[in-house]
Amino acid sequence: MSDLKGGQRAATIAVLVENEAGVLARVIGLFSGRGYNIDSLTVAPVDETGRISRITIVTSGTDMVIEQIKAQLDRLVPVHKVSDLTIEGPHLTRELALIKVVGRGESRMEVLRLADAFRARVVDATTESFVLEMTGNGDKIDAFVALMRPIGLAEVSRTGAVAIARGPKGIME
Amino acid sequence: MSAATQAPPASDALTMSGAEVVLRALKDNGVEVIFGYPGGAVLPIYDAIFQQNAIRHILVRHEQAAVHAAEGYARSTGKVGVVLVTSGPGATNAVTGLLDALMDSVPVICLTGQVPTHLIGNDAFQEADTTGITRPATKHNYLVKKSEDLARVMHEAFYVAKSGRPGPVVIDLPKDILINKAPYREATAQSHRSYRPRTEPDAKAIRDAVRLFKRAHRPIVYAGGGVINAGPEASRLLREFVRMTGMPCTNTLMGLGTYPAEDPQFLGMLGMHGTYEANLAMHGCDVMFNIGARFDDRVTGRLNAFSPTSKKIHADIDPSSINKNVAVDVPIVGDARAVLAAMIEAWKADEAPQDKGAIAAWWRQIDAWRSTNCLQYRQESKIIKPQHAVKRLYEITRELGRETFITTEVGQHQMWAAQYFGFDKPNRWMTSGGLGTMGYGLPAAMGVQIAHPDALVIDIAGEASILMNIQEMGTLAQYRLPVKVFILNNEYMGMVRQWQELLHGGRYSESYSASLPDFVRLAESFHAVGMRAEGIDDLDRVIREMIAIDKPVIADICVAKDENCFPMIPSGAAHNEMILGPGQEGGVAGVTDEGKVLV
Repeated sequence: MSDLKGGQRAATIAVLVENEAGVLARVIGLFSGRGYNIDSLTVAPVDETGRISRITIVTSGTDMVIEQIKAQLDRLVPVHKVSDLTIEGPHLTRELALIKVVGRGESRMEVLRLADAFRARVVDATTESFVLEMTGNGDKIDAFVALMRPIGLAEVSRTGAVAIARGPKGIME
Repeated sequence: MSAATQAPPASDALTMSGAEVVLRALKDNGVEVIFGYPGGAVLPIYDAIFQQNAIRHILVRHEQAAVHAAEGYARSTGKVGVVLVTSGPGATNAVTGLLDALMDSVPVICLTGQVPTHLIGNDAFQEADTTGITRPATKHNYLVKKSEDLARVMHEAFYVAKSGRPGPVVIDLPKDILINKAPYREATAQSHRSYRPRTEPDAKAIRDAVRLFKRAHRPIVYAGGGVINAGPEASRLLREFVRMTGMPCTNTLMGLGTYPAEDPQFLGMLGMHGTYEANLAMHGCDVMFNIGARFDDRVTGRLNAFSPTSKKIHADIDPSSINKNVAVDVPIVGDARAVLAAMIEAWKADEAPQDKGAIAAWWRQIDAWRSTNCLQYRQESKIIKPQHAVKRLYEITRELGRETFITTEVGQHQMWAAQYFGFDKPNRWMTSGGLGTMGYGLPAAMGVQIAHPDALVIDIAGEASILMNIQEMGTLAQYRLPVKVFILNNEYMGMVRQWQELLHGGRYSESYSASLPDFVRLAESFHAVGMRAEGIDDLDRVIREMIAIDKPVIADICVAKDENCFPMIPSGAAHNEMILGPGQEGGVAGVTDEGKVLV
């Protein structure tokens, strides 16, 4: 996201959709079919009945392309609401990562010291490995993963970004 | 959304099969005719069709033709066209038609059979992932997995197909859903949980548009197919608006008929094969009002040279069409009828006077462009010029005064039809604009003739395109549909040959129509009448005879083989770089590889 070409901007877009068969395929097909970028995409049901899902898409493009992406998303039949969090005001972005690091001896202490500094938690341990859980924005996770690489990074699993606007207003208001 | 609470409880009694629910829902949505082809997965629906009389089934010869026929039906009536095909190959054959309907915003519902729910995903016989395959080719699609959803999905599909920007909707129907009992609920007031397209324009946007437009010195109205989709009233309002404002009006290929062709304020079609005056007026205007068109690449030419000095007002029912290719100054989201009605009101309310002097000067400029007479051709020898064939067809049908509908295939003949056949009403011109589907015209004409049994329906065709759905001659015979197929036969895929001539050094790679059938005998073998015009002396007689015969006719018009379609804006060029005719082909010498990559 940091190496955007001239005139491009990143956008975090929240989409509320009917939780029906094929809806995710519609959204993804729209991006691939029209040549838009997807940097990350997350989805899960968010209402009490499980009928509405929220999709968070991080994408990039020129202003005209981002506007087009929003208009194209909005005209999908099962889409309730499209919200461009990036331009609509301050918002929070979080991502969860599970990171497996392998090592023995002194490097284990190094892993724990760095994990503490980054507020990562140990959620699994063996005599030769840790699984660490951390949340934060993408840059923080990138930085931590980069630190783990020389020590013995074995595997990373990341959720992609979820995001929400700050303040009292809900997305449907 | 409140179907469950409003429907009478008695309808929950499980007395109907899924297939019967399908037919009942079609009937309740006003369907009188469906175009289809049977197969294993849809046998329950065909059995239900057999046992009722409310809905007429037209048996086509290929599923693609069923969709085009439904498109012709829909575009000539404003109603939803309905298609019924079986699973697997039935559905895949329909895909071209569905995408055609999507690109041209035609309301179509396509019912596809599917293997029973418990076999889905098993590679069962004639199984296809129909919703997966048709997702990018439809406005929306459904796979009905529960009987209790069936009636709701059927009603919802009609709402989705015809509301907002219309388009095709597929309903995939597993065979067990068709056989099992299903509850029927009547359609309730149309309100969809998530899909509620905006039709009424924003009042401020309308005022801004009028303020800009009224002060224009070189204005132009650029009207497209959205005006047709908004119903005949929208075309009436367009005429009222254009006459009231004294402005020039041009049409896209899809918009022909929204403004009368013979009216002095009409500049003809714009775009790649549009008139000189329409394209130069678009290039030179200071304010354009685009109503129901989408700045398609056939219209704009090179984008960075498109109408460089104008402010642009763009009214469209689909917000994603606005600011897609061309950045506009005043966007208006709304239905063309509502927008035009609001524009007329706001125009009357805006007290600023128009600069009549400037507009008169603009008309003098336009008249100077017009005087190049860009559509002229010389019918000199005995060999029929294709332009002349279309022009005579137009003049003779107009003289006869019959209600006339024109469909086309795709290629040179299509452009000549657009240039030389004049339309003065909407819904009389059916052509494949966005997708450019060869083989569209004959089945579309079939659908038009079903909807308008007493009208004169002519498919202006090329000898190559017509062969792509020629099997539908059988359908014409079966239902005694007196469609006229008017083939401009130049023994070439003419538009391919034209591009090869102009852009690829005259290397006519695979564009010769070799081994053509004898169209007269082909017609006869399909129980139709065949006739041929070999020279100019035959032309009028053949046209008159063709029209007089109350049977399907193929008229094989042998035309000049080397004629090209002009004017032409070469690919990658700007509007003011158009080529007017032969002798000016040097104008394409400057087409770069960058231009050549454009289709």
